[in-house]
Amino acid sequence: MRITVRVNDREYRLDVEPRRILADVLREDCGLTGTHLGCEHGVCGACTVLVDGAAVRSCLMLAVQCDGGAVRTVEGLAGRDGEPHPLQRAFSAEHALQCGFCTPGFLMAAAGALEADPAVGEDPERVAALAGSGICRCTGYEPIRRAITRAAREWPRPAT
Amino acid sequence: MKPAAFDYVAPRTVREAVEALGAGRDAHVLAGGQSLILEMRLRRARPEVVVDINRVPGLGRLSVDGGTLRVGALVRHDAFEAAGAVPGPLGTLFSLAVVTIAHPPIRSRGTMVGSLAWGHPASEWCAVAVAMDAVLELRGSGGAREVAAGGFFHGPFQTARRPDELVTAVRFPLPGADTGAGFAEHRRTHFCFAQVAVAATLTVRGGLVAEARIGLVNAADRPVRARAAERALLGAEVVLPPAGHRLPGGHPFARAGEIAATADAAPVAEPYAGVDYKRHAVAVLVGRALRQAAEDQRSRAAVHRGGHR
Ligand SMILES: Cc1cc2nc3c(=O)[nH]c(=O)nc-3n(C[C@H](O)[C@H](O)[C@H](O)COP(=O)(O)OP(=O)(O)OC[C@H]3O[C@@H](n4cnc5c(N)ncnc54)[C@H](O)[C@@H]3O)c2cc1C
Ligand code: FES
Ligand code: FES
Repeated sequence: MRITVRVNDREYRLDVEPRRILADVLREDCGLTGTHLGCEHGVCGACTVLVDGAAVRSCLMLAVQCDGGAVRTVEGLAGRDGEPHPLQRAFSAEHALQCGFCTPGFLMAAAGALEADPAVGEDPERVAALAGSGICRCTGYEPIRRAITRAAREWPRPAT
Repeated sequence: MKPAAFDYVAPRTVREAVEALGAGRDAHVLAGGQSLILEMRLRRARPEVVVDINRVPGLGRLSVDGGTLRVGALVRHDAFEAAGAVPGPLGTLFSLAVVTIAHPPIRSRGTMVGSLAWGHPASEWCAVAVAMDAVLELRGSGGAREVAAGGFFHGPFQTARRPDELVTAVRFPLPGADTGAGFAEHRRTHFCFAQVAVAATLTVRGGLVAEARIGLVNAADRPVRARAAERALLGAEVVLPPAGHRLPGGHPFARAGEIAATADAAPVAEPYAGVDYKRHAVAVLVGRALRQAAEDQRSRAAVHRGGHR
């Protein structure tokens, strides 16, 4: 089946079987291997990406479902000039990653939540829900929580 | 594993979706996909045709008409995270229950109606629907019909839905301001389904219980309405122990918990949760959910008395 998907603001015209999973198409057909696959069961969160602005598990979506839609992966976070995204800066500053396998998923889950509502960062319960929305075997989650809170503080506010 | 090959259709209307379901091949509806795609990966589901309803306009509508809430087939779990998304105590109950369902990125795809259609015994929404007298709207080749949630669930993953039927929406009567809501859940880890959970509402008039509704999650092979416990609560005086104190032994909520555990629940043993353990959990969680419902009712009544700001 022929589909057109915008991934990180670039248009991809792809020919994919309906059974192909979004995560596999991002990695294999688009060459965007920043999206990681851990469990492929929706549990670990490593594969989290934004589809039309909402954070989703890319291991539990079919690529054909994104026909005509927009996907953002971890490769799309940094600015054009390579300037790290506020979340990437905060994860680095708070040591919210060690091996980094889980990191793309946490970054995208947090990006989706903060883009929808920057006030998430002021609510410890919602930050905890984000930090608990994936599995990290290295950090113990606390640094991830701190990083999300820090990024929320530095989040660009719309000019008033 | 990857899903086995299938044909994919993305209808634009309910009628086209129903036609695709009734075309004589093994067709499955794809709503949020948060259970179906997993089942397909595990090859427990091998549909010949996947009918993706995500492009049918109108199915994502959440509306209130008089005293009734209507939730369309594409309303995602996360729509209920804000207590104000649905008016009154039902909104409170939904917001308490929804955060126990999976994680934010799963709640942004998965749907309430999909949970009902799936019929997992540990589904929070299924027990909420049974407790609150929800009604499912179905559309098949033979036309439209309605099924009360109380008669919809026949066993694990077995429902009254016929293979050619699409569940288009679910309706809930909205309880009034004299009702409070509570929800209590026990799970092993963040990533597990509930071992046991309880949804409860209490309607209190003149300090006495006028109506109680209790839904049990994962306390049988299907969602259960704890009718015996509800009956035992009718007319009981609502006296709450001070915050931080346990319910005393003979308290009506503690008694209701015991009754729910012994007379209403029919637990199925699972790894890490045997039958006795689950009965114990039911007793404790019913008490907690009722207490929370009573506290919610009390604060709602106080706001009501204070008038609107
Ligand atoms: C890691 C993880 C944790 C989870 N934890 C929980 C949890 O704690 N509690 C919980 O309740 N759920 C949990 N879920 C499941 C999740 O809530 C699903 O979203 C839900 O079970 C199904 O909704 P869906 O919209 O994704 O349906 P789908 O996966 O699209 O469909 C599920 C089934 O229902 C059928 N179906 C769906 N919609 C319709 C319809 N409108 N008409 C007819 N048939 C239909 C499908 O054909 C399929 O058989 C979890 C899932 C994951 C991956
Ligand atoms: S790979 Fe998708 S959640 Fe683990
Ligand atoms: S940094 Fe290693 S798993 Fe999270």
